Amino acid sequence: MSPTPYLVLSVILFSIGAAGVLTRRNALVAFMCVELMLNAGNLAFVTFARMHGNLDGQMVAFFVMVVAAAEVVVGLAIIVTIFRTRRSASVDDASLLKL
Amino acid sequence: MGEEVLFWVMSPFAVLGALGLVFARKAVHGALSLAVTMITLAVFYIAQEAPFLGVVQVVVYTGAIMMLFLFVIMLVGVESSDSRVETIRGQRGSAALAVLGVVLLLTTVTVRATLPDEPTGMAQATPDGNVAGIADLIFGTYVWAFEVVAALLITAAVGAMTLTHRERIFHRPSQRDQAIRRFREGRPEDAAGLPVPGVYARHNAVDTPALLPDGTPSEASINRVLVARGAARSSEEFSHRPTPGDIEAGTSETLSSAEGADQPEGETDEPAAAAPELGGDDDATGGERA
Amino acid sequence: MTSTFTTLATAVAAEAEHGGGQAAVEATGVFSLTWLLIAFPLLGAAVLLLGGRRTDKVGHLIGCGASIASFVMGVVLFAAMLGEGATERAFTVQLWEYFNAGGYQVDVSLLLDQLSMAFVLLITGVGSLIHVYSIGYMEHDERRRRFFGYLNLFVAAMLLLVLASDYLIMFIGWEGVGLASYLLIGFWQHKPSAAVAAKKAFVVNRVGDMGMVLAISSMLAVFGSSAFEVVFASADGASTGWVTAIGLFLLLGACGKSAQFPLQSWLLDAMEGPTPVSALIHAATMVTAGVYLIVRSAAIYDLAPDARTAVVVVGAITLLMGAIIGCAKDDIKKALAGSTMSQIGYMTLAAGLGPAGYAFAIFHLLTHGFFKANLFLGAGSVMHGMHDEVSMRRYGGLRIMMPVTFVTFAMGYLAIIGIPPFAGYFSKDKIIEAAFADNWIVGICTLLGAGITAFYMTRLMLMTFFGNRRWQQSEPPHESPSVMTVPLIILAVLSVVGGFGLLYLGADIVDWLAPVTGEEHHDLPMPLALLITITLVTVLAGVAVAWATYGRRTVRADVPAGNALTVAARNDLYGDAFNEAVFMRPGQYLTRSLVYIENRGVDGAVVGTATAVGGLSTRLRRWQTGFVRSYAVTMLGGVGVVVLAMLLVRLP
Repeated sequence: MSPTPYLVLSVILFSIGAAGVLTRRNALVAFMCVELMLNAGNLAFVTFARMHGNLDGQMVAFFVMVVAAAEVVVGLAIIVTIFRTRRSASVDDASLLKL
Repeated sequence: MGEEVLFWVMSPFAVLGALGLVFARKAVHGALSLAVTMITLAVFYIAQEAPFLGVVQVVVYTGAIMMLFLFVIMLVGVESSDSRVETIRGQRGSAALAVLGVVLLLTTVTVRATLPDEPTGMAQATPDGNVAGIADLIFGTYVWAFEVVAALLITAAVGAMTLTHRERIFHRPSQRDQAIRRFREGRPEDAAGLPVPGVYARHNAVDTPALLPDGTPSEASINRVLVARGAARSSEEFSHRPTPGDIEAGTSETLSSAEGADQPEGETDEPAAAAPELGGDDDATGGERA
Repeated sequence: MTSTFTTLATAVAAEAEHGGGQAAVEATGVFSLTWLLIAFPLLGAAVLLLGGRRTDKVGHLIGCGASIASFVMGVVLFAAMLGEGATERAFTVQLWEYFNAGGYQVDVSLLLDQLSMAFVLLITGVGSLIHVYSIGYMEHDERRRRFFGYLNLFVAAMLLLVLASDYLIMFIGWEGVGLASYLLIGFWQHKPSAAVAAKKAFVVNRVGDMGMVLAISSMLAVFGSSAFEVVFASADGASTGWVTAIGLFLLLGACGKSAQFPLQSWLLDAMEGPTPVSALIHAATMVTAGVYLIVRSAAIYDLAPDARTAVVVVGAITLLMGAIIGCAKDDIKKALAGSTMSQIGYMTLAAGLGPAGYAFAIFHLLTHGFFKANLFLGAGSVMHGMHDEVSMRRYGGLRIMMPVTFVTFAMGYLAIIGIPPFAGYFSKDKIIEAAFADNWIVGICTLLGAGITAFYMTRLMLMTFFGNRRWQQSEPPHESPSVMTVPLIILAVLSVVGGFGLLYLGADIVDWLAPVTGEEHHDLPMPLALLITITLVTVLAGVAVAWATYGRRTVRADVPAGNALTVAARNDLYGDAFNEAVFMRPGQYLTRSLVYIENRGVDGAVVGTATAVGGLSTRLRRWQTGFVRSYAVTMLGGVGVVVLAMLLVRLP
């Protein structure tokens, strides 16, 4: 099967994820959208790995997953901490870091 | 052929899941939608000769990371739903513009790229199977990156603990301290602790005020959280108003039989729903409520 | 360097016949105590100014004591000097080395010769009388101690000025008297007019000081030293251009200090000070420092005829200006100030005539010191009796109420207009003679000046002591206490006999000064008797005109309009207006435009840049909303741009 449909799906998912990050205020949802974007990238990597008959793409996808896991751990910890002090999970409320 | 059928059947689920994530008002719904997308992607990985990644996707992503998300969502408040009104001026417009630009860019690249009709396939790259090939790479070419990633994971775990750790500033009073305090400061009748809800009452549910020996309901026996939420039953409902019939009947009738007859069936739901809330606060019952 | 000095010293000794050439010897005996002259008043000033309120009670006595001690010391030195030979009366007292840097060496040393001796006696003598007079005049002033401190400071500085043997040391005294003058003019600083007058005197004097600084710098550049002996000895070797330049610079300095044209404007305003100050500083001593400077620098002026001509011209102009101004002023002190300007113009003119006039300049300076101090103190006495009223149109008929003041004032009056045998006659007549001997035009100027002097002094006399009574106070004017009249009497006696005495009794002043100033006689273009007659006739004509104007007619109490010349004279012949239009206004415009350029140009550039950066950052700051999502949009856009750029570069 041609890799094109997979890539188009990847683009669609990536764009939806990006739109979500830009529009959703809930920190958790925005975070999940970031995960979606990472998964879209992974899909493209896997597709290209198969297209080229090379395992390296799958390796990169694997590492992306691991790094994403680490990111989720820290990110969620931050969200919990912010929620604990501000009683809010909105990214707009944490807007004090400015002039 | 079978792969194409699989793709066209499954890809709408992936897109719908993604859209569901973006449009869901409640975070928990979005998380479930994302889980759908991720499982779909796992299927696609397997279909694209990456069974290891597919399994990892299911186990790590869907199984662990999404559960972590759900856990935090529960912690933050599962009931909260977001308003869709945009508060930052021009954010929607500029976001649409940026996303549109990225979509255009990526689509153009994808469409213009000269891609083979059939992929090379992994048969040549992994003669011993996918897992063995990946193992070769991880512990061969990428061993350094693998170790670094492992260190990263440990660091992240420590970081998360550091971030969420809360230092206790004040000494937590022990039971003994509390008892001494009650005797020393409170009224003498409070020294034994507050009445437990449901005592001498017709119900023993936590939302039911206790009846004092003289028959009056005790407001203090109900958790103040329930009172604040309006989930407590009113004390008038249970106040003991002796009627001439009661006096005549005397005390020969057992209270328990009357209790079982009077209790309406549907009312047991509400206290059950409130129970999880009390879980974190269980040490607040008794004397702490004062 | 030292060998050069010794060579020059011998050169000085060799040129003894030249005007101003008199070998000064190291002082011995009583002459080595010359420094005491300065030390007494300096000590007095230190005690009075540093002692504070503790010395309030005896302050005036300490001040008078210091001044009189200095006078006694001066008399002792004078007596000792008389005992020396006629050409062996110059002594130097080496005190200490001021500095020795590079090729320059300046010693603090005093030079006591006939010229400085005359000045010492004048300064300490008249100064002591005025000190005594001030006891009475300043009696009701609560800051009298401070006043005496300033007076002592002045006397010390003035003595340093006339005793210094180096232009640089003299400059210290020169500035010291300027400081004392400033402090004393503005003594009543609560009056804005006095404060402004003090400031004006200070500023105008600074202009003159620039001349002094330039002169001293030129001396250091040309002669390598500013010591009198070196400068005078090597003046011969210098080019005429340099000598003329130094002469003109010195003249500028003299003009500033002596209120000569064109730096005359401050003297009339200086009358805001207490009257004893006007008498001591602005009539008898300090304002004559310029004349002293010119006479002392005789060796330089002898070699620079052009500079001397300039001196004569300045003197002649000031002589007539001062006289004309004096005619129109109704303020008695300002009329006397105009007269002072005029008389100093005489001295300057005489000093500009060269060796023929130096001695007469000093002679007139001394007699003028007597009679002008007398007149000023008399005016002060009148004011004292009239409750500080200064307008002569409020006086009239005071001769009855103030007999002593009137008589002493009359002595001074007769002396200044030059009626024989009063002091002014001898000195002024000598100047007129020398002027006629030098040049017809200059002679006529001096003659005219004598006539005008007679006019305005007669006017002053008539308006003050004769005529109808125009005072407006309730109780009649009274005579001043004896502490004030005794100095007046002494000065009046000096006004009478000073001229005759100095010229014919004992030592002739001209012979006395000859070793310092040189001597030279011109032939008169007409018989001496004729000239004297002409002069006297002119003087009498002035008196007659004044009597016709002010004696026969009743003097009006209000100020009449007057003709153009009168108005001009009342306005100091527009000297202030000229200064204001030519120097002050352009200066103000210059500074204002500089301030404008500074504000708009320099500051504008700097502040503008800062404002631009600030404004720009304020606008750029808006990008920093703090909203993560805004940043995310920017990031996504940026990533898109980067990817696009990479694609554009890589794609064919």
